[in-house]
Amino acid sequence: MTIAYDLTTIWAFIIAFAVFAYVVMDGFDLGIGILFPTFEVGPERDRAMNSIAPVWDGNETWLVLGGGGLFAAFPLAYAVILPATYPLIIAMLLGLVFRGVAFEYRWRDPAHRRYWDAAFTGGSFVAAMAQGMTLGALLQGIEVTGRAYSGSWFDWLTPYTLLTGLGTVAGYALLGATWLVWKLDGESQHHARNLGKRAAWATLVLMGGVSLYNIFLNAEYAARWLTEPEIYYAAPVPVLTALVAVALLRALSVERHSKPFWLSLALFFFGMAGLGVTMWPFIVPPDLTIWDAAAPERSQIFMLVGVAITMPLIIAYTAWAYWVFRGKVGHEGYH
Amino acid sequence: MFDQFDALLLARIQFAFTVSFHFIFPAFSIGLASYLAVLEGLWLKTGKPLYLDLFKYWLKIFAIAFAMGVVSGIVMSYQFGTNWSVFSDVAGPVIGPLMAYEVLTAFFLEAGFLGVMLFGMERVGRKLHFAATLMVAVGTFISAFWILSVNSWMHTPTGYEIGANGQYLPGDSWLAIIFNPSFPYRLVHTVLAAYITTAFVVGGVGAWHLLKDRTNAHARKMFSMAMWMAALVVPVQIFAGDLHGLNTLEHQPQKVMAMEGHYESHPDGAPLYIFGIPNDEEQRLDYAIGIPKVSSLILKHDLDAPLAGLDTIPDDEQPPVAVVFWSFRVMVGLGFAMLGVGLWSLLARWRGRLYDWPWLHKAALVMAPSGFVAVIAGWITTEVGRQPYVIYNLMRTADAASPLDAPAVGASLLAFVIVYFAVFGAGVWYILHLMHKPPHPGEYGVKRGDKGPIRTAGITPGPTQDPTDESRRNLSRDKREPETLS
Ligand code: HDD
Ligand code: HEM
Ligand code: HEM
Repeated sequence: MTIAYDLTTIWAFIIAFAVFAYVVMDGFDLGIGILFPTFEVGPERDRAMNSIAPVWDGNETWLVLGGGGLFAAFPLAYAVILPATYPLIIAMLLGLVFRGVAFEYRWRDPAHRRYWDAAFTGGSFVAAMAQGMTLGALLQGIEVTGRAYSGSWFDWLTPYTLLTGLGTVAGYALLGATWLVWKLDGESQHHARNLGKRAAWATLVLMGGVSLYNIFLNAEYAARWLTEPEIYYAAPVPVLTALVAVALLRALSVERHSKPFWLSLALFFFGMAGLGVTMWPFIVPPDLTIWDAAAPERSQIFMLVGVAITMPLIIAYTAWAYWVFRGKVGHEGYH
Repeated sequence: MFDQFDALLLARIQFAFTVSFHFIFPAFSIGLASYLAVLEGLWLKTGKPLYLDLFKYWLKIFAIAFAMGVVSGIVMSYQFGTNWSVFSDVAGPVIGPLMAYEVLTAFFLEAGFLGVMLFGMERVGRKLHFAATLMVAVGTFISAFWILSVNSWMHTPTGYEIGANGQYLPGDSWLAIIFNPSFPYRLVHTVLAAYITTAFVVGGVGAWHLLKDRTNAHARKMFSMAMWMAALVVPVQIFAGDLHGLNTLEHQPQKVMAMEGHYESHPDGAPLYIFGIPNDEEQRLDYAIGIPKVSSLILKHDLDAPLAGLDTIPDDEQPPVAVVFWSFRVMVGLGFAMLGVGLWSLLARWRGRLYDWPWLHKAALVMAPSGFVAVIAGWITTEVGRQPYVIYNLMRTADAASPLDAPAVGASLLAFVIVYFAVFGAGVWYILHLMHKPPHPGEYGVKRGDKGPIRTAGITPGPTQDPTDESRRNLSRDKREPETLS
């Protein structure tokens, strides 16, 4: 596993970073949506919603960067993956429509708030499931002929993709629950912690399941994890994941603030690293490597300048926006 | 083969449907973001609570329109790949980076500061809050800049090379790609269109409340501001549109032929057709009513200048004339109707009757949605006039589509239609509901629910994320403005 540090590699890492940022940031938004029905109607739901209202739009923008960045840096991958997973992408987009408007609509229309709350949950669930299944469809391999998708209609629907879909739902629920542990207090925080424990177990079991499945799915994937010398590079990932998992479960039974959330992020980080080990250097397994799909150097350089200038600024003002809304979300009514 | 054709047609309908729906929201939010920045700036400068009230009144509406713009926009950015994958693969190296710049320089800016703009007034203080509002407004403009550059490149592609694998690759200079020949015209024309659209909505809402109560100081102020915009910006827009047309004549002559209904060439002076029924089969304009030679006057500044017609263009390179011909007339007709309202408002001002001329208010009310219609009509002219190409003279729309079967595209189209009408219908309903309420002193901002806005414990105890409180306190703190005049 040698990594040549060329522009294409740099771009692969930038896209991976955008996807990771999206997954964890919109992950806790979507997770709160998924868990929403378990919260009591009234102040408890309002507080859960309020904890993300000022930031969800910024979080979702990472999805546009992930998609737009793929289009720009790896146009061929973009042009193959999206038709191959067409129904999933459309479902995700429609799910995000319902989820996104619910933030405003539920306050505008108290008489129908139930329905917009249901749209919030339904949209979040569908989007999470579709994202997870898209990942699964990518990992299990996409058939390509020439420069186009050449598989059939329902290639994306297999037990494996259902497993990755559920794993993503559980993982997002974990992020959502731990975010709420951080942002809430009192009874609601207690409730969030209970949810967090269950979501943590579900996530760990499904993550393990997907990892094992990967090894059986494809001999090449197995080789990356189980043969020498690869195993030395790969082994730290599962080991660290296991350590984080233990710490997370312990934190969830004692800690009341931000620690479970940060540990959940770490869990996702190692999940992502594992994904990298499995896929590298393919962007559309089994045929297209990142170099096959890459945009020409001129496009890469032009965008790299933009990323180098804007990314620090984006991170700075995003951090500022989070800082502005820091602290626990209160529950005192205002009359 | 037949099946492929169906899938293509469905994909085109789907793109046209989703992008038209999407653009309705930016057309309004680009203008409204700037209007909000102006209102907040005036409030900071003068300290008059009236401006803060108006700011909050429109902020609630903005929040809904913006949310709809965001979710419908995300759909667009993925549709290039889902439905136009061949186009995406081939044109990605050129237009992909421009769209990436849009995300980096515009979308993050808008989204990052939106939360502070909506809920943060109490938490960051007035100056910083104003800065956030400005950032959102600037963000909408930057977004228009990039996406219109992309779109213009598809109309007037320059600065590219063709790669060995058939992809279009960027040439030596990105500036040649970004500032392609139709871009400056399209940018000016579209951004002005967004301001005009917003001005007529604001004016219509003001007029509606003046019709009910002509002493309402808030309604007076917004009506007056909107009518200034109408009177000053619409003439500029008409001028810009004319220049845009001349530019199009240079680069996409068959589009202008379709707009003008010129099936035949006119060697000595072409007529300006006011009416007619385009007949593509016979290649002529039935029941045509035209003013002789005026088209040559407008397009060539010479009554006798020759103008070529569609008879010089091979059949398979002609756009569908009827759509282009009519959508163009709708846009231009509305442009002149808007000009009429603007001039009328000047007359009313001059006579001191701006706030008590019910017929003017009724006209402004009827014209409230005119901007949306003109904007969509304009885009239809532009896009259908480019057909059969998706990248003008380089790539045909028919060659751009994804390898999808008709039932898949049909199902997604149906889903989009149902969801968009239901979800955005509800949103428009909520906006109309907010507009129906008269603006009043002590207006509250974007409220986080009946139980009240977010409160913090800990570091900054107590404050709400809602400008509401601020307004209440400011009302007593600031010097109150006499309610009568504005
Ligand atoms: C002239 C302006 C204009 C035009 C022609 C378009 N848009 Fe748009 N778009 C905007 C102006 C805009 C905006 C003003 O920046 C929006 C509207 C509301 C908003 O939130 O930002 C926006 C939102 C928006 C978003 C959500 C951004 C976010 O997450 O905050 C995406 C992904 C797109 N657009 C993508 C597109 C694509 C792919 C288009 C072409 C097919 C397109 N837009 C046409
Ligand atoms: C937002 C305002 C826009 C509107 C209302 C609009 C409208 C339309 C319409 C009506 C069509 C269908 C034409 C036909 O099939 O005959 C179309 C096609 C198309 N437009 Fe636009 N357009 C807009 C902006 C854009 C932008 C900004 C882009 C590029 C970034 C774009 C790219 C395309 C593409 C790729 C097609 C091909 C599909 C087709 O020809 O049907 N459009 N558009
Ligand atoms: C009354 C005088 C007007 C004239 C002569 C005019 C002219 C034009 C022309 C020639 C085009 C097509 C350009 C091309 O595709 O190459 C166009 C497009 C367009 N028009 Fe107008 N226009 C007028 C008024 C308006 C008004 C009042 C609005 C909206 C408030 C508007 C909004 C648009 C939009 C959004 C487009 C599509 C984007 C573009 O290509 O710029 N126009 N206009």
